[in-house]
Amino acid sequence: MPAITERVVPFRARGFAPRDLPVMGAASIAGLVLLWQIGSSLGWISPVFLPAPLQVAQAIYRMTVSGELWRHLSASLWRIALGWTLGTLIGVSAGFAMGLFTLARSPMQAFVGILFPVPKIALVPLFVIWFGIDEASKIATIAIGVFFPTVISTAAGVEAVQKNLIRLGQSFNLTRWSIITKIILPGALPSMLAGFRITLSVSILLLVAAEMIGAQRGLGAYILRAGDLFQTDQLIGGVVVLAVLGLAFVGLLGLVERRLLRWR
Amino acid sequence: MHGMIGTPKIAARHVCKVYPGVDGPMVALDDFSLDVADGEFVSVIGPSGCGKSTFLRMVAGLDTISSGTIEIARGKAGRPLNSVVFQEYAIFPWKTVIENVAFGLLMRGVSRPERLAVARGWLDRVGLAKFAAYYPHQISGGMKQRVGIVRALANDPEVLLMDEPLGALDAQTRLVLQDELMRIWEETRKTVVYITHSLDEAVLLSDRVILMSAQPGRLLATFDIDLPRPRSAATMNTPRFSEYREMIWSRLSGEVARAMEQQQ
Repeated sequence: MPAITERVVPFRARGFAPRDLPVMGAASIAGLVLLWQIGSSLGWISPVFLPAPLQVAQAIYRMTVSGELWRHLSASLWRIALGWTLGTLIGVSAGFAMGLFTLARSPMQAFVGILFPVPKIALVPLFVIWFGIDEASKIATIAIGVFFPTVISTAAGVEAVQKNLIRLGQSFNLTRWSIITKIILPGALPSMLAGFRITLSVSILLLVAAEMIGAQRGLGAYILRAGDLFQTDQLIGGVVVLAVLGLAFVGLLGLVERRLLRWR
Repeated sequence: MHGMIGTPKIAARHVCKVYPGVDGPMVALDDFSLDVADGEFVSVIGPSGCGKSTFLRMVAGLDTISSGTIEIARGKAGRPLNSVVFQEYAIFPWKTVIENVAFGLLMRGVSRPERLAVARGWLDRVGLAKFAAYYPHQISGGMKQRVGIVRALANDPEVLLMDEPLGALDAQTRLVLQDELMRIWEETRKTVVYITHSLDEAVLLSDRVILMSAQPGRLLATFDIDLPRPRSAATMNTPRFSEYREMIWSRLSGEVARAMEQQQ
């Protein structure tokens, strides 16, 4: 009988597999806010430099009760709704044109290539000259900022649709329109929705930028004025409202995605 | 024996396909003629790049014909001319299994109860009834291709065109699907043009095997497969089967070698 030799193979495939722990995400934010509050309460953080979380909460409460929050928020929401919808409608149409038609493809690629990297904030003064200081210039700023990412993600989505599925539609004698609506649109939808995720945050960014240039109402104007008056509790309150707004958009989009992309 | 009585179901006459290549035009298919009788199962086999898939796409109307003609005789009015089964399961990821099968019927305006009944009947025949409400990402490759096959059949076309339908499957799944395909075909007796790389598959399934030459694709030889039906996997163990296999391979092997030299 051969001698039995013990052979131990050590397990080596450890690590490089991070896991998601959502609880820890929430806990770390709560922990940071707590530390911040403790630091303020103990007087380590100057209230003018950085007001305590409780002060910020009070500021938000005051502006909610006085109706000021809604006055600014409603103006901002309205601008985002119009600007985002406008930019998305034009962007999706242009993206489809780019993904489908030879004549649209190269010219639009050139335009997008040149204009996409330009910070849209740089165009705000121009839009003020074109559309006036009122609503139109702000909506146009948001729309143009939303337009470019939308074009790119839509065109990429259209191009990513499996050619086989299109051939299949053709083999079933589908009309061009049916192929676009029944095959290309659902096929491009994941990429389009990923684009919406970007454009919703872009629209908040440009909203605040536009509202900081000549606006009476809106969260951007509110924050700017609070800064001018050294009302840092109101300033941070406004920022918190913006963060909540962004979270709400992401949550809403998540619902839409779950509904529309059930098949994934 | 394929006694060609009356007009053939598919008549391809002197079909050529020329692609613009880097060093001048490239002839993919050269003067290829083929008649397929009503209810006949014809396989086309040949080395890679011999133009067999190109031929199928031309019959399907998904590729242009450089010269020559392809005609499909229309039988019942309102019946679609052809349905295609693609190699890479061309099924809609956003539709459930049953919606995929019913797709052709939906596009032809068949009422919902009727198309669901037809689709359910077909799913039953390939053992997929349980998976009717599943999305494609939830089922295996073999199941996906079953969906592709019964979707084509549910559409009840004049001719069924199959482009290496089992080519992407593993060897075992492939055997199971061959059996199923054979059973369904023997029940329905559709006119089938079947493109394959597998000699076994061609001999097992077909009434007639068409052998094509290496590029430029020409018709090299025709083999009538006179094996009794119904056939099954066991048919592959019979001496007659081996004879056919050897007879065809003796001609095919030379073409395969030639194709490999061309590709170097």
